[in-house]
Amino acid sequence: MIRIENISKSFDRLEVLKRISLQIPRGQATGIVGPNGSGKTTLIKMILGLVKPDEGTIQVADKELNGHFEYRHLIGYMPQIARYPENMKVRELIDFIKEVRNDEAVFEQELIEEFELTRELNKPLRNLSGGYRQKVGACIAMMFDPLILILDEPTAGLDPQSSQRFKRRLEHEKDKGKTILLTSHIMSEIEELTDHLVFLLEGKIRYDGSMNDLMQDTREPHLEAAVARMMEENL
Amino acid sequence: MRTTLRILQYEWKDLLRGKWVAGYGIFFLVLTDLLLRFAGSGANVLISLTNVMLLFIPLAALIYGVLYLYQSREFVELLLAQPISRNSLYWGIYGGLSVPLTGAFLVGVALPLTWHGVWTSEALASALLVLGMGSLLTLLFIGLGFWLGFAFYEDRIKGFGFALIAWLVMAVLYDALVLLVIYVFGDYPLEKPVLAMSVLNPIDLARIVILLKFDISALMGYTGAVFSRFFGSAWGMVAALFCMGLWWSIPLWRGQRIFTKRDF
Repeated sequence: MIRIENISKSFDRLEVLKRISLQIPRGQATGIVGPNGSGKTTLIKMILGLVKPDEGTIQVADKELNGHFEYRHLIGYMPQIARYPENMKVRELIDFIKEVRNDEAVFEQELIEEFELTRELNKPLRNLSGGYRQKVGACIAMMFDPLILILDEPTAGLDPQSSQRFKRRLEHEKDKGKTILLTSHIMSEIEELTDHLVFLLEGKIRYDGSMNDLMQDTREPHLEAAVARMMEENL
Repeated sequence: MRTTLRILQYEWKDLLRGKWVAGYGIFFLVLTDLLLRFAGSGANVLISLTNVMLLFIPLAALIYGVLYLYQSREFVELLLAQPISRNSLYWGIYGGLSVPLTGAFLVGVALPLTWHGVWTSEALASALLVLGMGSLLTLLFIGLGFWLGFAFYEDRIKGFGFALIAWLVMAVLYDALVLLVIYVFGDYPLEKPVLAMSVLNPIDLARIVILLKFDISALMGYTGAVFSRFFGSAWGMVAALFCMGLWWSIPLWRGQRIFTKRDF
């Protein structure tokens, strides 16, 4: 679904990604993990076209990204920090994104109810707590029923109940055959939700393969221990 | 185009709700009204208004342009992740910012002019010119703010600092600089260098256009007087307007180039 070939990226003199190649498989959930500054967010932003690679190519649905924007109809994106124009109401923001995208918002009502946003719809976004803003972000990312979901630390800021609901929803989307790309610092969450794992370390891919294989290879009971072990081996 | 208009529309709605655009309009409303009450006839009022406008609009527009970009960073990222082109987004943001600010200025000045009956007097053409120049300065300095804002997107202090310095130089220090040049090089023919210097400053250009219209050479300053003599009023105005057009389009175009190429 997403094919990345020999991507490099530097910011000033700092090399963030070093000749990375990988494929995000169609219809599966892929988790990207790695310590802070390992290049996770940069990688996601490159797929979205927010950051342009210094070299290498990226293909989404067999089309190379080359300054195009139409392919983003296929993608729902939930950013790490959800900040919106302060005076805009939730309802207006949702309508705005609908108009800008010009896609049908298939799950709009369903998601508003599921994330308990009904009572917040007429509130300005500045009055919303971080968790609710995050839910608005989730709603915007998922309501157009996109083929690909890209979620950057989606559950940070959500209370346990909302987090659970969000994860159930994600599983549901996965069952429908969506391609999901997820970053998180919570290893148990990655373990719970994803089938495929990409472990980035200092701008390089340290592991790229199925979650099961990793657990078997490292003989660790949990992903956290397996990742910690890979980091130690790298030292 | 459709997307640009959508962005523009939502943004200006959002900004109008923020109180300070209204405050900006009210400032001009109160100022114009007070001037009309206490400063006498149409021409005097318009000249006083011009003096305040030449200082205040560039400052407000520059800071507004730069600050808005820094404040809406995450929102811009969210929109860039949607299927829209960067060009649509850029012009949408620019329009969404400049329309309300220009509107606030126009309404703020035009209302008192209306209820004091200036529109029907012979000052009508001059009043329209002042409104036009104020609008052009707003559009121009928001564009300049965009250029600085996107050029120093990662370093807000620098972007903000350069915006303030740009204003200080153009609005305050420039006349002193011109005077200094005239004083130091007084023995040489200076018409052409001074003409060139005035073209380098959009605030000076706006002042020249307005004062050429009022035909008050005493208030024009040296650059205005030179301009007037060099071009004659009508041609002087056209030349000054053309240079202002360049001042409007070049920074805005540079800003757009940076915006379409940069990483977010």
